[in-house]
Amino acid sequence: MSYSMWIILTASLVGLSCGLIGVFLILRKQAMMADGISHTVLLGIVLAYMVTQEVSGPAMLIGGIFAGILTAFLVQTLSSLKVRHDASLGIVFTSLFAIGVILISTSVGNVHLDVKHALMGEITFIPFTTMDIPLIGSIPKATALLLLVLLVVIFFIVAFYKEWKITSFDAALAASLGIPVIFFHYLFMTLVSVTTVASFDAVGAILVVAMLITPAAAAYLWTDKLIVMLFLSGGFGVLSAIIGYWIATWLDTSISGSMALATGCIFFVTFLLSPKHGLISRLVRPAELREEQEA
Amino acid sequence: MLSNLLHINTLWVMASTMILGIAAGGIGCLAYWKRQNLMSDALSHAALPGVVVAFLIIQEKNLLLLVIGAALSALLGAFFIQWFTSASRITEDTAMGMTLSVFYGVGVMLLAIANRSPGGNQSGLNNFIYGQAAAMVRSDVITMVVLAAIVIFIIFIAFKEWKLFLFDPDFAKGIGLSIRGMNVLYTIVLVTTIVIGIQAVGVILMAAMLIIPAVSARYWTHSFKMMILLSSVIGGASGAFGTWVSSTGSGLPTGPFIVLTSAAVFTISLFFGKEHGIVIRYIQFKMQQRSSRLDHQQVMTEKGGRSQ
Repeated sequence: MSYSMWIILTASLVGLSCGLIGVFLILRKQAMMADGISHTVLLGIVLAYMVTQEVSGPAMLIGGIFAGILTAFLVQTLSSLKVRHDASLGIVFTSLFAIGVILISTSVGNVHLDVKHALMGEITFIPFTTMDIPLIGSIPKATALLLLVLLVVIFFIVAFYKEWKITSFDAALAASLGIPVIFFHYLFMTLVSVTTVASFDAVGAILVVAMLITPAAAAYLWTDKLIVMLFLSGGFGVLSAIIGYWIATWLDTSISGSMALATGCIFFVTFLLSPKHGLISRLVRPAELREEQEA
Repeated sequence: MLSNLLHINTLWVMASTMILGIAAGGIGCLAYWKRQNLMSDALSHAALPGVVVAFLIIQEKNLLLLVIGAALSALLGAFFIQWFTSASRITEDTAMGMTLSVFYGVGVMLLAIANRSPGGNQSGLNNFIYGQAAAMVRSDVITMVVLAAIVIFIIFIAFKEWKLFLFDPDFAKGIGLSIRGMNVLYTIVLVTTIVIGIQAVGVILMAAMLIIPAVSARYWTHSFKMMILLSSVIGGASGAFGTWVSSTGSGLPTGPFIVLTSAAVFTISLFFGKEHGIVIRYIQFKMQQRSSRLDHQQVMTEKGGRSQ
């Protein structure tokens, strides 16, 4: 396969897994948690590097999962101590991120990890580190990791579809039905961390946030059905990967930045044109119908 | 270690991060009561494209003009968040997450273009992402100090108005205070603080300078005035101390040390704070337990006395 095909494929995998996870982030009103975890994952990766002394896929995944769960746990703890939820998130993720940056600049500095790479991502070089997989042949390491993560994400979504649905829409009902809500909260945070770490190499920590939130938000304005929203959001993710790559080659600039811009464009078009919740349909709708819908 | 304290450049930088911390601590209290803690995070990311566009237009690094560019793009971000939230069923945190990541992505795109332009690579634009207070020159420091002083002045001069605006908007409207005007002023002051801060601590950690001192101060007082004062003191002290620590080694980043200093203050406040600190709450709980046990015993003995 050609060089640019690998890049588009890798980015599409990011768009697909982030799009699926993002749907639940939006429905659970935890969009900013993705922002927090995407920053703290840096600390996990640095710690994994310090322990194993190498930049390897599995160690990074474990470090990232650890950091993600730590973030979720600390935010939960502070909130239970009556610190406001958004404030506790702000405190936890900035502090953990600060520790990560200090560790990079003091002990691991200049090896394979630098903050710049971690935050902006450099998808351009992905096709150069390949690995051999039997039957398929040689494929880039990051792509293989993302494929694996996508399968894991799909597996968990399908396996617990009903549970996700109930805990996302009505946590109280879920608890009364005996569904372990807290367990699903942490399982979900684990999935967010796994997706973030795997996408980290491809699009960089902060742009993962764009892929996690924006396609799902666009899908949220198109439909009221969860299953449709999942497909739409995944589709928007892939579409922004392709459009983003095209913009990047056109302007000769950062690929991941352009992909984030593409997600934004898709959302904006949706925001204006969506038949049910879009701006224009809201303006042209007859007044009595508008009242009826909003009531 | 002490010798670098006397180094004149370090002193300048320390003074500027201190005054920045004071301004951020004060405005952070307003953001805390407006329940917009993470707004600062979104706006500081949204400022990035403005910085780069300003640089691409003027082709040199003039802090004041870059700050104006940053402020405009952060205000645009604030407008988008407001618009998405009010005109559709998108919630505020989703709108913030989208705005910050998409604006940041555009910033990264433009940065790649700017770094290709002649002189762009040496301009230190990257410092805006991670913050490098030590790289600031004297004119930067002066710009920062003047702007921060204006912010601090606005917070303290209009103290009574802020209080009404935050806690009793209906009454404020009744006495002829324009809520809309106050909202605009609040956004301008918040954005100004954020954009002057990102040069020193970077877009990512700027949020911490606004959030952490305010939440820490909340543990020590119930009075809004004391909270603002205390939060400013915590912010200023963390700014100066963090800068000093980062100046003791070469290549140590400034922002993270400032954040960790204020995080340490927060941890202390969380445990030992006079109002609702964990230790205080535990002691109160124990005392209440004991007094209710005593009450109980008293009632029991009285009962016992009567029945005999």
